[in-house]
Amino acid sequence: MSAHDDHTPAVIEEPIANPGLPEHLPRPTDVDEAAAKRAERQVATLFGLSSVFAVLFCVAYFTLNIGDDPTVFLGLGASTVGLGACLGAALMCIGIGAIQWSRKLMSDHEIVEYRHPAASSEEDRAEAVASLMTGIEDSGIGRRPLVRNSLLGAMGFLGLPAIVALRDLGPLPGDKLAHTVWKKGMQVVQDVDGARIKPSDMEVGQLVNAEPAVFFPEGDQEAEYEGTALLQAKAKAAVILVRMNPDDLRNKRSANWGVEGILCFSKICTHVGCPISLWEQQTHHLLCPCHQSTFDLADAGKVVFGPAGRHLPQLPLAVDEEGYLIATSDFHEPVGPSYWERG
Amino acid sequence: MSTAANTNGTTPAAAAKPNPAAAVATWADERLGIATATKKQIRKVFPDHWSFMLGEIALWSFVILLLTGVFLTLWFKPSMGEVVYNGSYDQLRGIPMSEAYESTLHISFDVRAGLLMRQMHHWAAMLFIAAMLVHMMRVFLTGAFRKPRELNWVIGGVLILLGILEGFAGYSLPDDLLSGTGLRIADGLVKATPVLGSYMSFFMFGGEFPGDVIIPRLYIAHVLLIPGLLLALIAAHMLLLVYHKHTQWPGPGRTEENVVGYPMMPVYAAKAGGFFFIVFGTVALMGGLMTINPVWRFGPYNPSEVTAGSQPDWYMGIAEGLLRIMPGWETHIFGITLSWNIFLPGQVAPIALLMVVLAYPFIEQWVTGDKREHHLLQRPRNAPTRTAFLAAMISVYGLLWAAGGNDILATQFHLDLNTITYFMRGAIFVIPPLVFILTKRWCISLQRHDNDMLLHGYESGVIMRDAVGGYSEKHLPLSPDHAYTLTARERDEVYAGISGPDANGVPAKKLKLDGLRAKASQAWFATNVQKPTVEELEEGHHHAELEHEHDAPLEGHAADGHQFDGRHDVADESLRPSH
Ligand code: HEM
Ligand code: FES
Repeated sequence: MSAHDDHTPAVIEEPIANPGLPEHLPRPTDVDEAAAKRAERQVATLFGLSSVFAVLFCVAYFTLNIGDDPTVFLGLGASTVGLGACLGAALMCIGIGAIQWSRKLMSDHEIVEYRHPAASSEEDRAEAVASLMTGIEDSGIGRRPLVRNSLLGAMGFLGLPAIVALRDLGPLPGDKLAHTVWKKGMQVVQDVDGARIKPSDMEVGQLVNAEPAVFFPEGDQEAEYEGTALLQAKAKAAVILVRMNPDDLRNKRSANWGVEGILCFSKICTHVGCPISLWEQQTHHLLCPCHQSTFDLADAGKVVFGPAGRHLPQLPLAVDEEGYLIATSDFHEPVGPSYWERG
Repeated sequence: MSTAANTNGTTPAAAAKPNPAAAVATWADERLGIATATKKQIRKVFPDHWSFMLGEIALWSFVILLLTGVFLTLWFKPSMGEVVYNGSYDQLRGIPMSEAYESTLHISFDVRAGLLMRQMHHWAAMLFIAAMLVHMMRVFLTGAFRKPRELNWVIGGVLILLGILEGFAGYSLPDDLLSGTGLRIADGLVKATPVLGSYMSFFMFGGEFPGDVIIPRLYIAHVLLIPGLLLALIAAHMLLLVYHKHTQWPGPGRTEENVVGYPMMPVYAAKAGGFFFIVFGTVALMGGLMTINPVWRFGPYNPSEVTAGSQPDWYMGIAEGLLRIMPGWETHIFGITLSWNIFLPGQVAPIALLMVVLAYPFIEQWVTGDKREHHLLQRPRNAPTRTAFLAAMISVYGLLWAAGGNDILATQFHLDLNTITYFMRGAIFVIPPLVFILTKRWCISLQRHDNDMLLHGYESGVIMRDAVGGYSEKHLPLSPDHAYTLTARERDEVYAGISGPDANGVPAKKLKLDGLRAKASQAWFATNVQKPTVEELEEGHHHAELEHEHDAPLEGHAADGHQFDGRHDVADESLRPSH
């Protein structure tokens, strides 16, 4: 078979001879003038209907309300439904009309066209190669390797500006990924309203979404984090507080980092960084909604299921003199997804 | 056309009424030479088959995406600057959010037809990618990627990749909670890149995630860069299609050397043009009647929130599934971290998949050694190994897709999430080979069935009782057209490999490769059923004639069976022979 490296089409050896194109069978519209007239009227009616729907679209545009209540009609806005239906119908009518026209009224005689090999003819090839060779010869690139090589070198070096010019796409990571805004003495507050939390506010089994107090400036204090900076800080600093029965805690060091069975973990999944949200009280399991990594918070945030490769980082807690929960330091390891130099 | 020169521009060439259309055409031809360029194309022949419509759906969805996308750009603000919402949607008023999200809400609630266009844009995006995928499967199953069309297959593969990237970029633009979560996952995938991960992430987001440049950057990729590439590749795809001329199904009068069908002008133009309006109309109806991506329900992006059961667009499903079923393998060594759990499914797998897709025509060609041009399509059953391979790939796709929705499966069917995941981890290795074997056997039995019909005729559904009281079904010969169509395929030849004296002097490495190729060819073809030879056909017919003699007493009977099987025109046949 490898001998067939040619450009001719495959030849099909035929046990049954090709009977040739079947005879053309006339359609009703080819032989019956009345049928043809009927088809003509159908097509024209469809095109006419399309114009009507186009006008109705404009009527809907100016009469139907949009805005405040998107659930007015079928759970959608009346305007959206009206406009969509009219536009859809106007377009459909043209489409169906055109196809009906082609099927019923246009000639349906099949036509035969011959194929040519995709390849050029031998003469064309020879001519092209000859021209190319002449061109190369005229340039002298083969005879003057110095010119050729220095040009190749120059082209290669042009890659440098192309890459270097992109340097300012962003700052270097430095050790930014390893730190968060948590620090010694930072209060742990409710993420909704910034309310401070006392251990007695939490019942056993309860989970609270929390943030560092620095995100909630008090009174007319200048906000330390705003806009993008706030989002960036939040993306690493979001935490959850859970209160478990101290007897259920299986990891001593982890338990010691808590206050009366209240532990604080990073909310950012160590898989690819979704905020984790699903808390199963009975099993002390925390489930990530993105790819279902499951962490056992009673066992220092160990991964018990799913694609995450490492445990959830824990934030060591204490209470301040007023009795509110505070962090005693930043996280002791980077939060969120893994990266090469994370160690 | 040259009459103008003869008349010297002073006297009209003829007294006939000047035809304005012809005048315009002449004007244009004198400047563009359009007559030469189009004389062959105007009546260009396009063969017809329903499956040739799939690529057309993809093309038309792309046009719809361009139109609706341009509409959206008139209001959309690709900015992550913070504003406080003050528009029509009550539940979000007073909430700080990015300008991107605010303008998406504005398009949805304060621009008439804005929500319609957003939803049409999103539905068209879904349709675009789905149509490309199904189109690709049809090209694969029918062998339309074979020489000389391999490069068009490669272009198609790149188109699908770009389409998916474009869809992901678009999905991220509104900056709602779901799209932000998608971006965060993308950030996690990027960070898992060996050595460069955190640098790539910082360069992408202009600093730490989420930064304030990702939306403007994705926007320009979404409205200029990727659509430009798509447009160029689609143009190349179409030009090659015209150059190669469309493939066709074998049948009476259709050969490797010709193409039979309807002319571009008027029939194909009317059909394809009409079809554009049908696709457009369907998308408009979907956009008007079916909610998609109701971003106002998700709220603005907030890196400390997520919604349960969050799902990406469907075409991301397999990547999502792969991420979900991957075990949590991570290596910590010499102070570095290698996240196999993310790197393998998130980066290696998609690249490997793309490579296999792009290389497929060349791999098959190497195995079969077939370097000839092919313009007649193959029925899937006549390429059992290829068909079985696709079926296995579809099962992988389906499993991963299901795995990507394992939480939804668990809640909908009250199954245990972990059990589903463990099941999928095993199934992904066990089920595809089973599917492969079953499909291959199935194809082969269909091939046998075709041969039976050729040799013994088709089952007419007429049951006959013979003199001794036994029953048999009457077989009738196929119509010549049908019989021809069934035999219009090539015989497969298993490649035997270099052996004997030929092998002398061939380098050992090359011999080894050649042996591999012979083995592959054996696995590929050996079990296929070949069409009957002339002798076998004659034998079969002879046999049938003998049987017919046996049927002789049936003469004068009410019907010979043809009348009931719907394969015959019975209009002027009388069931009762006239006496
Ligand atoms: C070829 C393929 C394209 C695909 C697959 C695609 C896909 C998407 C998707 C999924 C969205 C999210 C829509 C939503 O809000 O629900 C989107 C948004 C958008 N697209 Fe495209 N798109 C394509 C081409 C274009 C083009 C050519 C333009 C403009 C020239 C465009 C302009 C936009 C704009 C401005 C948005 C944001 C507006 C909004 O989300 O409301 N798209 N795109
Ligand atoms: S991000 Fe949590 S499991 Fe993937």
